[in-house]
Amino acid sequence: MSEKKRRLKLSIPEQEVMRPGNLACQGCGASLAMRYALKALGNNVILDLPACCWSVIDGPFPYSSVGVPLLHMAFETAASTASGIRAALKVLGKEDTKVVAWAGDGGTFDIGFQALSGAAERNEDIIYVCYDNEAYMNTGIQRSAATPYGAWTTTTPVKHFKKLPKKNIVEILAAHRIPYIANLNVAYPEDFIKKFQKAMSIKGMKFLHIFSPCPPGWKMKPDDTIKVARLAVQTRTFPLYEVEDGLKYTLNVKVNKPKPVIEYLRLQGRFKHLTEEQVSTIQKNVDEEWALLMKKIDKE
Amino acid sequence: MSEVKIRSGNELVVEGAIAAGCKIFGGYPITPSSEIAEGMARELPKVDGLFIQMEDELAAMGAVIGASLGGKKVLTATSGPGFSLKQENLGVAMIAEVPVVIVNVMRGGPSTGLPTRGAQGDVMQARWGTHGDHPVIALAPAFPEEVFTTTIEAFNLAEKYMTPVILLLDEIVGHSHEPVELPKEGEYEIINRKYPDKVEDLAIYKREMGEPPLRPDFFMGYPIHVESLEHSDQGYPNTVPENVEVQQKRRLLKIENHKNEIIKYKTHFTDDAELVIFAFGSMARSALEAIKLLREEGIKVGLFQPITIWPFPEEQLKDVVKDRDTLVVELNWGQLIYEVERVLKDNKVHSLLKMTGMAITPNEIIDKIKEIKNA
Repeated sequence: MSEKKRRLKLSIPEQEVMRPGNLACQGCGASLAMRYALKALGNNVILDLPACCWSVIDGPFPYSSVGVPLLHMAFETAASTASGIRAALKVLGKEDTKVVAWAGDGGTFDIGFQALSGAAERNEDIIYVCYDNEAYMNTGIQRSAATPYGAWTTTTPVKHFKKLPKKNIVEILAAHRIPYIANLNVAYPEDFIKKFQKAMSIKGMKFLHIFSPCPPGWKMKPDDTIKVARLAVQTRTFPLYEVEDGLKYTLNVKVNKPKPVIEYLRLQGRFKHLTEEQVSTIQKNVDEEWALLMKKIDKE
Repeated sequence: MSEVKIRSGNELVVEGAIAAGCKIFGGYPITPSSEIAEGMARELPKVDGLFIQMEDELAAMGAVIGASLGGKKVLTATSGPGFSLKQENLGVAMIAEVPVVIVNVMRGGPSTGLPTRGAQGDVMQARWGTHGDHPVIALAPAFPEEVFTTTIEAFNLAEKYMTPVILLLDEIVGHSHEPVELPKEGEYEIINRKYPDKVEDLAIYKREMGEPPLRPDFFMGYPIHVESLEHSDQGYPNTVPENVEVQQKRRLLKIENHKNEIIKYKTHFTDDAELVIFAFGSMARSALEAIKLLREEGIKVGLFQPITIWPFPEEQLKDVVKDRDTLVVELNWGQLIYEVERVLKDNKVHSLLKMTGMAITPNEIIDKIKEIKNA
C-alpha cells in the first residue's frame, strides 16, 4: 500500500515551471493543462501561441506566468511559426530544445488547420498542443469545428443549436501518419504527463489533443471542471487513446462500465435545452464512435 | 420615427443590414466585431436568411462573394487582422464587380495589437489594402442613428455600383450603447441591383465607360462567367492591352464619375467658425463635444465630418473650409491627414493624432485649439 502511494506521488514531476497567478477564469482547464504540460516539458522549451485564451491567460507585463520563452503569433500560424523556430534551432545545433505550438481549438480545427496539416506533412519535429474547450472562448463563445452536436454558443443560439458533429481531429492527423497523436484530459494528470514525456522522446511531429473544460463557455460551475472532465472519459465521450505512426491505436484508460452521457451533459448549461430524444441521439453517436474506435485499438 | 431603444453600434449594424434586405452572413469571430456575427446568427433565421460561420476570415469573405453572385444581399464583419486576411478576396469582389458589404470594427494595430481598444488605423488599408488599382467605397458613421442609416447606405451603394463597400466602425462606435430612435420601414430608400432585360452574347460587362455592369445572377438562365483574372466584356480571361485599359478604367470611373452622388458628409457649426476640425467616427463625437464647450467660452470652432471616407470628399471639404485653418483629429498616428493636406494645400493644417488605446477626449481637443489660438 505504502509503496503504491509513493509511486503515485513520483509519477508527477515536482518541478513547477509555471508561476502562481494568471488571468484565467475560475476553473479554467487550459490553465491546469499548461501547468501539467510545463511540469513534463521543463525549462528547455519555447511556446508558440496563436490568438487564443492563453495569449491573455499568461498575464500582462511583468507578470508572465509561464516562465519560459513565448512567441505570440497571428491566429493562423502556430504550426508554421513553430516549423520556423525548429529550423533555426536545427541550424544552431540545439536539437534538444522543445518547440511547442500551443493553440486552442479555433486556431487548430479552423483557421490554423492548413498550417497544421502542412507541418504534419513535413513531419516537423515539434509538439503541437491543442487545448480544446470546444468553441472560440476568448472572443465570447462562438462555435468552432470542435463544438459538439447539441451545444449552445453565441453563434449557435438555443433555437439553432449546433446540429453538426465535432470534427474528428485525431483521425485527420492519423491520416497524415505522423509519429505520435494522443488524447489528454486534465482530470487524468498521470496519463497527461506520461503522454507529454512520450512526445518529448519521439522525433518528428507530435499532436496532443487536450480536453479542457471552460466553465463560462460551457455554462457550468467552476468547481465542476475536474468532475466534468472525468465524466467526459467515463461516459466514453472523450476516450483517452493514442495513435502511433497513424496506425497503432492504444486505449490508455479503459472504460468498462460507461456512465450514461446524460450525466456528463447535465452539468453543463450549454446542453440544457436538449430534449430526451436529442440526448439519446448523442448517446447513440457516442456508442457508435466508441465501437468504431474499439475496432482500431491494438489488441496485441 | 419610432420608439427610443438602447443599442450599441454593432447591434445597429445588424438592424441596418436586416432592414436593407441582407439575407446571408458569412462570419468568423473577432474582437471587437463578434456581436455583429452573434446578432446576425440570431436575426437572419427570422427573415428566412442564413448565417454561416466559416472556418476563417478568408472563407467568410469567399462565402459572401459566392452568396452575392447567387443573388442575395450579403454581409461579413471583422476587425483589423481579419480585414488583412480578407484583402485578396476583396480584390476579387472589386475586379469581378460583386456587391458585398464588409464591416471592419477597427481596433488598435498592427497585428493582434490592442484587440479591445478603439483605433482608426485601417483607413489606408481600406483604400489600398488589396493590390492593384481598384475602386473603393468606404463609409465611417459616428452617431447611433447614422450607423443604422449608413449600413443601409452601404448595401445600397454596393447594389447600385456592383462593388464591395467597406463600413468602417471603430471599437468606440461599435461598443458604445446609446439611446437611439430609428427611422421606420418606408422612411429610408432601399436599392436592389438591376438586371438586364436580356443578355446579348453573354456580354455581362459590356457597358458605357464608367457604368456598373448589368449582370444576371447565377441561376437566371445564362451560363455567365465571372472572373478574378482580367476579363473581356463576356467575363472571359483576356490580356489584350486595349481591353485591359477599357475594363480597368470603367471600374475606376464608375466610382470617380459618381463620387458626388456617393459622398456623404455633415457639417456642424461651420458657418461662423474661425477654425474647422476634420474628424470622423468616434473622433467626430469627441470634436463635437469640444466645439460645444469652446463655444460657451466664445471660441468659434466648427466640424467637417466625412461619412464617406473613400472616395475622399475633396471638393466638399474645400467648399466648406475655404481659406480657414483646419485641425485634423484622428485616432491614429496620421493617415487621412495626408489627404486633407493634399486637398487643402494652401491652408494651415494642424493635427491632433494619437493611438494609445484610449480615445482622444474633448478636453485634449480644447487644449489643442487653445494652443493653436495662442500660438
